[in-house]
Amino acid sequence: MELRHVLEVRNLRVAYARRSGGVWHALNGVSFRVGAGEILGVLGESGSGKSTLALSLLHLLPGNGRITGGEILLNGADVVEMDAIQLRRLRGSGISMVFQEASLALHPTMRIGDQVGEVLRAHQGLSKRERVARTREILGKVFRDDVERIFSAYPHQLSGGQQQRALIGQAIACEPAVVVADEPTAALDSTTQKGILALFQSLRDKLGIAFLFITHNAALLAGFADRVLVLYAGKVAELGPAHGVLSSPQHPYTQALLSCLPPHNNDAAGRGRPALLPVIAGAPPSLAVLSQGCSFEPRCESRMELCRAHEPSAAQLGHRHEVACLKFPAAAV
Amino acid sequence: MEPLIRVENLVIRHTRQAFGGRASAFTAVDSVSFSISPGATLALVGESGSGKSSLARCLACLQPATSGGIWFEGRDLAALPEEKLRAVRPRLQLIFQDPAASLNPRWTVLRIVAEPLLIEGRSPALEREARAAQLLARVGITAEYLQSQPGELSGGQRQRVAIARALILQPALLILDEVLSALDCSVQAQIANLLVELQRAANLTYLFITHDLRMAAHLAGEIAVMSAGKIVEQGPAGKILRDPRSSQAQSLVQAAAPEAELVEAGSEP
Repeated sequence: MELRHVLEVRNLRVAYARRSGGVWHALNGVSFRVGAGEILGVLGESGSGKSTLALSLLHLLPGNGRITGGEILLNGADVVEMDAIQLRRLRGSGISMVFQEASLALHPTMRIGDQVGEVLRAHQGLSKRERVARTREILGKVFRDDVERIFSAYPHQLSGGQQQRALIGQAIACEPAVVVADEPTAALDSTTQKGILALFQSLRDKLGIAFLFITHNAALLAGFADRVLVLYAGKVAELGPAHGVLSSPQHPYTQALLSCLPPHNNDAAGRGRPALLPVIAGAPPSLAVLSQGCSFEPRCESRMELCRAHEPSAAQLGHRHEVACLKFPAAAV
Repeated sequence: MEPLIRVENLVIRHTRQAFGGRASAFTAVDSVSFSISPGATLALVGESGSGKSSLARCLACLQPATSGGIWFEGRDLAALPEEKLRAVRPRLQLIFQDPAASLNPRWTVLRIVAEPLLIEGRSPALEREARAAQLLARVGITAEYLQSQPGELSGGQRQRVAIARALILQPALLILDEVLSALDCSVQAQIANLLVELQRAANLTYLFITHDLRMAAHLAGEIAVMSAGKIVEQGPAGKILRDPRSSQAQSLVQAAAPEAELVEAGSEP
């Protein structure tokens, strides 16, 4: 069964003007689709463009950033072409965002109930009484208990996990089609992290919201995301079902990245001196100048002669699994 | 073998005072005991707020213990007067999670690494810089970066500089407080390998503080699980991974397992 697509990104390019003059090509032709109620994990390291992707979906790039090409279709409407008024209507009700640092994203001197209610006030013409009732209902979805206390609490009275839940409450208040979450669990410890992931899944199940979950931590995505998109140097290296990408990665970058993780059922643990982990030689390329060929070529263990001159396009492997690597002949077109 | 460091019944209490409220005591570390043999690694694993960083700061003589003893190379640090601690501090170094915050942003890499030698006050300037450059090369920072400032380096490079600064006084013990947590996975692997190589070469002893059980099991022979200021479980890394006994260790093992079933637990406290 094919899902209805709520978000379609076509050939998105984003560049930043640099203080030193010149341009930084943060995203270089990113294309993907997200189905209704789907969890898409976006995996990338620093500088891969994952936060730029998150910001451009809401048209929230900083002043020196510009979308230089491509389309972002949210339920068919192009976000790139929207004016300020349309964007204001869109953010919060059509697409919303959960940031990494909940303690910075929440207003420190406003009660949680008022902050969540404010989203409703901006988008839905409810009476005050209706708004309060609706806010309680929303908090009931993101918190298991203690809703009354949290409704009238200030952010500093909540734990890190609770603050993140309040922020998620704001993001889902108007039941948008898509929620973009940029490293929402990076500041939390591992057991709290699992609770937040489970919350995303239950919101997806109950409300049918699609989530774009951006992270640098591949271990979080297993058992959580439906599909995984791997970003490298502002391009999609690999995109496919989470299980396929994480347990049998096809792109050399994905393979190298996943092999860097320490083994999880470590039989050698604690016996003698630890072995060395596999590493990816070198560093990610500068995006000040776009390379002609594959951007991973200088670090790739299975590079070929043609990799330096030809940029790979997405090769389809099996069901909805695509890989941008010239090892697969279909990528050479 | 005589342990390099032995901690016995260590208690650290902080005083907490809310605005306008009464001061109250808060026990951050509660009767913690462990020891580490020379050349070995002990991993201290626990959730945030479990007292790991208080313990690290206390062991590095940055914060006094309320009670209990810390024996390091045969001396009781808790009983040592401040002027005698100066001689001990070079032997035991602390590296922090965020190198962007722990390195002086206005100094060059070379000056940052040479500075401890200046404070120690034994060698002339040229020799200090030569030793710093040599050590930087050892941790993978090449000559072209010696005059760079921390802001011009990547996160992994900055953590390498922090490691070089900690090593320049030839310590016996490194306290590594979440040193990999802020780094990308591929960079984590590079820095973890560097730590392993340095330990092999100089027989360094590590206290590796982390919330990442997988990395703890990879680097350490022994793991101590900390919760609410206490060590709730301690043993060989393999045993903790396979057969965790305490509920805290069980939940860490479960959280570290890939493809673990996601069960929505109750709201956090």
